[in-house]
Amino acid sequence: MITVEHLTKRYGDFTAVNNLSFEIEEGHVYGFLGPNGAGKSTTMNIMTGCLSATEGRVRIGGYDIFEEPDKAKRLMGYLPEQPPLYMNETPVEYLKFVGEAKGLKGRELAEQIEKVISQTKLEDVRNRLISKLSKGYRQRVGIAQALLGNPKVIILDEPTVGLDPLQIIEIRDLIGQLGQEHTVILSSHILSEVQAICEKVLIIAKGKLVAFDKPENLEKLLMASNTVSFIAEAKTDEIDEILKGMWVAADWQMKDMGNGSTCVEVQIEQGEASNLCRSIFFAFAKEGKALLELTSKKANLEDVFIELTESDIAERGLTESVLEVTEMEEKEIKEQKTVEKIIIKEEEYKMDGTEESGVEDK
Amino acid sequence: MIAVLKHELSNYFHSLTAYIFGAFLLAFVGIGAMIYNIQQAVANFEYVLSFVSLVFVVIIPILTMRVIAEERKQKTDQLLYSLPLTTTQVVIGKYLALLVIYLIPLCLVSVYPLIFAQYGEVYLLTSYGSIAAFFIMGAALISIGTFISSLTENQGFAAGIAIPVILLNYYSVSLAEHVSSTAFGSAIALCVLSGLLGVVIRFLTKNENVAYVVSIVLIAVVCITYFMDNAVFEGLLPKIMTKLSLFERFYTFVSGVFDMTAIVYYLTVIAFFLFLSVQSLEKRRYN
Repeated sequence: MITVEHLTKRYGDFTAVNNLSFEIEEGHVYGFLGPNGAGKSTTMNIMTGCLSATEGRVRIGGYDIFEEPDKAKRLMGYLPEQPPLYMNETPVEYLKFVGEAKGLKGRELAEQIEKVISQTKLEDVRNRLISKLSKGYRQRVGIAQALLGNPKVIILDEPTVGLDPLQIIEIRDLIGQLGQEHTVILSSHILSEVQAICEKVLIIAKGKLVAFDKPENLEKLLMASNTVSFIAEAKTDEIDEILKGMWVAADWQMKDMGNGSTCVEVQIEQGEASNLCRSIFFAFAKEGKALLELTSKKANLEDVFIELTESDIAERGLTESVLEVTEMEEKEIKEQKTVEKIIIKEEEYKMDGTEESGVEDK
Repeated sequence: MIAVLKHELSNYFHSLTAYIFGAFLLAFVGIGAMIYNIQQAVANFEYVLSFVSLVFVVIIPILTMRVIAEERKQKTDQLLYSLPLTTTQVVIGKYLALLVIYLIPLCLVSVYPLIFAQYGEVYLLTSYGSIAAFFIMGAALISIGTFISSLTENQGFAAGIAIPVILLNYYSVSLAEHVSSTAFGSAIALCVLSGLLGVVIRFLTKNENVAYVVSIVLIAVVCITYFMDNAVFEGLLPKIMTKLSLFERFYTFVSGVFDMTAIVYYLTVIAFFLFLSVQSLEKRRYN
């Protein structure tokens, strides 16, 4: 459907997009992922004909965007980062203009407008001025605009930025629905979002494509580095003793937490993390040492993202904007981890009960 | 193109701009008609138009300032780029909308000579010839305003540039009498103009080499011609200033001559500045 070949965009000495090539097939939801300033918006702007490329070419449904822009653009609907809305118009007036510009006329135009209004749930605000609408509604007007003319490809640049959680869920649902009929490409720097709605992910860093795969496959990439961490009420040498007696644990680091407890991180070489957790649990229970926390850390898209983009940073030197983002992502990961910890603690608690009774039986 | 035209028109009539423009134009034509045709009982309506042409200095920039600048500011230019429209269609659609808005008060104005004709002898041919010329001159000024609006995303800035540009054009003939008419003075002035052109090119294309080359080549041409035959430069600057004036050519129509060369000149100016506006919009894709 879309072929991007050796796309390069330079602004003076700065290379925003560097030799980017990929192919997008019909009928999937694709996620464009990358830190701020990675070249996502630039790439999307070039794909939609808003920007020229320094080198390379883009074909939409067989039409070159630079040579046959008219035909190529008819196959696409685009929502830029900032929805391009005329504030002094109502959604209906605005959609009418966009529809006419896309070559729709008369009854077809009216039908299409009604269709996209109901698709994006704009019925309540159809005759209010856009300047009076909330950000979520404006975003929907922007999406409605992209849907007019029933394009095969819909390109959305950060469609959920600046929305409240409820609006984000609504927009995501809408994108999910669109994905059934159209090819949807959306960009985001929020990883969980891409993980939730996209069937395939393109990760871009510093204008280069660093990964292009299904989210599950990208996670598998990092499976090798799975770890289990736990906090035990024991001294470091006691823990060493216990872990040495276990065949699954390969390597571990320890940190004294004070107040008699120690934090341990164990790397898994083979097998499932849950197996290791179980054996750790029983081993410590046998020794009568309490486990205060037991967490298995699974690699997720966020780790892949950080790994891929950071290795890139290491190659090219750090930039502040990228750093900021990774810091943000790290925070997100921490939050997620605490959630996992709570869940495991609950499980632990349940297991504890059964375990105790089991020991008594013996 | 029709979509852009319709959209622009509805936009202008939703805002005050079109009404302010029309009201100002009609008010000044009214004042002129009152002074010349009613109080002084002159039978020539074209004098009113030549009196009103000064008002263009203010009302054309007011009309044109938002036409492209606002698109940039609201980032709606991205929508225009991504729609299946060419930049030429966008610019011409917008320009035609401006012409329609300009034509509406002019239609009312064109009734005036007929009214006056009820009360005496009026030279209708000269009157309507002048109204036609008045329309085309305004159209040329609107194309200049459109181009200036395409250079910036700030409406105020667009108006702030367009006013002095049109004012300079208005006074260029009177100024021409005061500038040096010696060969040396003209040559120096042309060199300065070449330098300024270079600055403008540098600003528009962000390409220093092109700007330097254009300036240096032009200055070299001026210098070489000056040393070869400096008689060419005798009185050249005032002549150029008079030739470039859009308003001066309009006065020919007022004196009762329907000057086809002036019409061609106006059309050329329109085409040139619309072309520049298209280029200015196209340029945004390349930087």
